[in-house]
Amino acid sequence: MSPAIIQVDVIIPTQTRYLDLIGSIGERIAKELDSYSGDRNALAYHLNLVLTEATANAIKHAQDKDPKDTVRICIHIEERQLTIKVYDHGQGFDLEEVPAPDFEHPKENGMGLFFIRTFMDSVTYTRQTDGNVLEIIKYL
Amino acid sequence: MNFKQETINGCQVLSIQDERIDAHNSAGLKAELLQRVEQGGEPIIVQLEQVRFIDSSGLGALLSGHKQAVAKSGRLILVNIQPPVLAMFEITRLNRVFEIYADLNEALATQA
Repeated sequence: MSPAIIQVDVIIPTQTRYLDLIGSIGERIAKELDSYSGDRNALAYHLNLVLTEATANAIKHAQDKDPKDTVRICIHIEERQLTIKVYDHGQGFDLEEVPAPDFEHPKENGMGLFFIRTFMDSVTYTRQTDGNVLEIIKYL
Repeated sequence: MNFKQETINGCQVLSIQDERIDAHNSAGLKAELLQRVEQGGEPIIVQLEQVRFIDSSGLGALLSGHKQAVAKSGRLILVNIQPPVLAMFEITRLNRVFEIYADLNEALATQA
């Protein structure tokens, strides 16, 4: 039986070597969701992917700044909802300005947000003076 | 990025030894592929049997190699893609862009 609430809060340096760790946490959490009626293996891959993409994005936007900079990732699960928040201290970006990929003329970049939007139910990005937050929601 | 490299029937076979391709090692994969394409000539077969996770940057690295190979009238072939990884190619429709075969033997047969 899953506990009603799971919360995982991780802070990592802005280095891509930690992507495996963050993705693996998502994959492991998916396997704990006993009440999830969908394909748990698929959910495990999707959470690994979404956390990897969101964290890589935050690391990318933080580059050329303080080497002591960090990214905070918060995963919160309640009965029917999983919420991921990725906090960064970069210059931020406009989520609405990111175009959907052109499948007829595929490019090397720009698929990350497409994956997040495809596999999750809600994505918002809020720019704040003390840092930005990408909030991703998946209904379970 | 860890590779095993061999030449079989006139093809460069590059077997990726890592289970995961993400933004940490995809630049290494891209550089390796571009270097091999630059050398020209033989088709390049990328063996993905060990890979159980790929992200957008990994797909981008393979796409970069493919585009460069095509530009040089070469071939970049993918084999042994595991089902969860293949699903990433399908959702981005990159399975229609790449030359993909079930395994090495099938790919080598196209050389005959």
